[in-house]
Amino acid sequence: MTRFATLWHKELLRFFKVSVQTVAAPVLTALLYLVIFGHALEGRLQVYEGVRYTSFLVPGLVMMSVLQNAFANSSSSLIQSKITGNIVFVLLAPVSYLEFFAAYVLAAVVRGVVVGAGVLLVTVWFVQLRLEAPVWVLAFALLGAALLGALGLIAGVLSDKIDQLAAFQNFVILPLTFLSGVFYSIHSLPPFWQRLSHANPFFYMVDGFRYGFFGVSDFPPLASLAIVAAFLLVVSFANLALLKSGYKLRS
Amino acid sequence: MQKRYGALRALAGVSLEVEEGEFFGLLGPNGAGKTTLINVIAGLARADSGVARVMGADVRTDYRRARRMLGVVPQELVFDPFFTVRETLRLQSGYYGLRANDAWIDEVMHHLDLTAKADANMRSLSGGMKRRVLVAQALVHKPPVIVLDEPTAGVDVELRQGLWQFVRRMNREGHSIVLTTHYLEEAETHCSRIAMLKEGRIVALDTTRNLLGSFSGLELRVHLERDSLPAGVPGRVLVADGGQFRLRLANPLELEAALARLREAGATIREMEVHPPDLEEVFLRLTGRAS
Repeated sequence: MTRFATLWHKELLRFFKVSVQTVAAPVLTALLYLVIFGHALEGRLQVYEGVRYTSFLVPGLVMMSVLQNAFANSSSSLIQSKITGNIVFVLLAPVSYLEFFAAYVLAAVVRGVVVGAGVLLVTVWFVQLRLEAPVWVLAFALLGAALLGALGLIAGVLSDKIDQLAAFQNFVILPLTFLSGVFYSIHSLPPFWQRLSHANPFFYMVDGFRYGFFGVSDFPPLASLAIVAAFLLVVSFANLALLKSGYKLRS
Repeated sequence: MQKRYGALRALAGVSLEVEEGEFFGLLGPNGAGKTTLINVIAGLARADSGVARVMGADVRTDYRRARRMLGVVPQELVFDPFFTVRETLRLQSGYYGLRANDAWIDEVMHHLDLTAKADANMRSLSGGMKRRVLVAQALVHKPPVIVLDEPTAGVDVELRQGLWQFVRRMNREGHSIVLTTHYLEEAETHCSRIAMLKEGRIVALDTTRNLLGSFSGLELRVHLERDSLPAGVPGRVLVADGGQFRLRLANPLELEAALARLREAGATIREMEVHPPDLEEVFLRLTGRAS
């Protein structure tokens, strides 16, 4: 337990020590999205009955921040450790791959949730928000952050250079988050794109998370949660197999 | 033990045993396989065939025990720029499952002259100081076996002295030490037994004394008043340059005979030096690069 707790603690310290970059910056980014999109689209777009566009937007932005930051935490921590070589301190110690996985993913969850909470705290000053079912909010935030933290760990293991990681972030994570319904309801899309959106796991996370606030969603929330949990399970097993093999960590 | 990296045979069948409490040297030129061998023992690399055990614990099947028995000082000057020296050592203790380790951390820092830098960020330390922290990190869990991979590369003389004092103390207290180096003097001074590696194979494995005794002889350097060496002087001529000669002699008896022959022939000696055997000679001969 000490081994896992130490590595987890180290991962938390790592981002808390540079919290201006790791927490304040993403909160500001989300706030900018809110100001720009809110200002441009308020009054032109009505997604749910009785919900103003800016109110609709906030949970999406919060979840987007949770997901992106969870991914950024595990992936950038690991790639930095690999590039600087200090990953060796963990590899030399009797830390199991399961402890390694749990520490990185749980630290990513904390980072994602802290940033998400930050975005929420800042935006509730500007936007009226209901909170219909907080348990759903929490469940989707935690599972979503864990899924992205685990994906970040895989990306960190596979990448040898920052560029490769950036490509993963720019060509996979960013499009999937933007096309997940953060800024719109997928019901406003043409049928083809609606169907395509259902193949995007990020859609279920954002949609389910939003359900917790408004009690309305595009997809049944329990089914969304099951889908997210299934993705988490698959990615976790892939992760553990990758770590156990020692691929790109132990030559 | 065998290990390949693509077409490169890093370890081409290495087999050796280090006794408990030994100060063991692993010598060889760059690319001989020293670091690969250490990486396999430390679990940083996996052998294609063969097994490595640390105090009886298999490094793969019983990796937790094997790694607890082993402290490795890596060759590269790596550090985590987010932390201070004390934080670094506390974290490292935690990775070995040790919670309250401050008393030992303080002692290690004291012996390595790190106490004054305990709360300094790793980034702010000089290269030599960073090296000391690496040594301290390898010792947080009091491992019975300590591996030092080129510990003095790029380290100033003062630190080198301090480091050796500390490592010798650990050795006296019963820790086994495995040292890789290409500074032959270091191995000669500290190691009781030495393995020499070349292209992934062991080319010599013996006590330092035996290696020095069996492979090397004396070298006699004389400056004569004449340009030619009298006939009948024993030994092998390594260099003959004007009146200067360098002769390889098997033992002190041959040295005596050589000097007697020079006197007999009436050769006047202007200057004379006798060099004792050193590992460099042994090494060059074994790796086939001797002159």
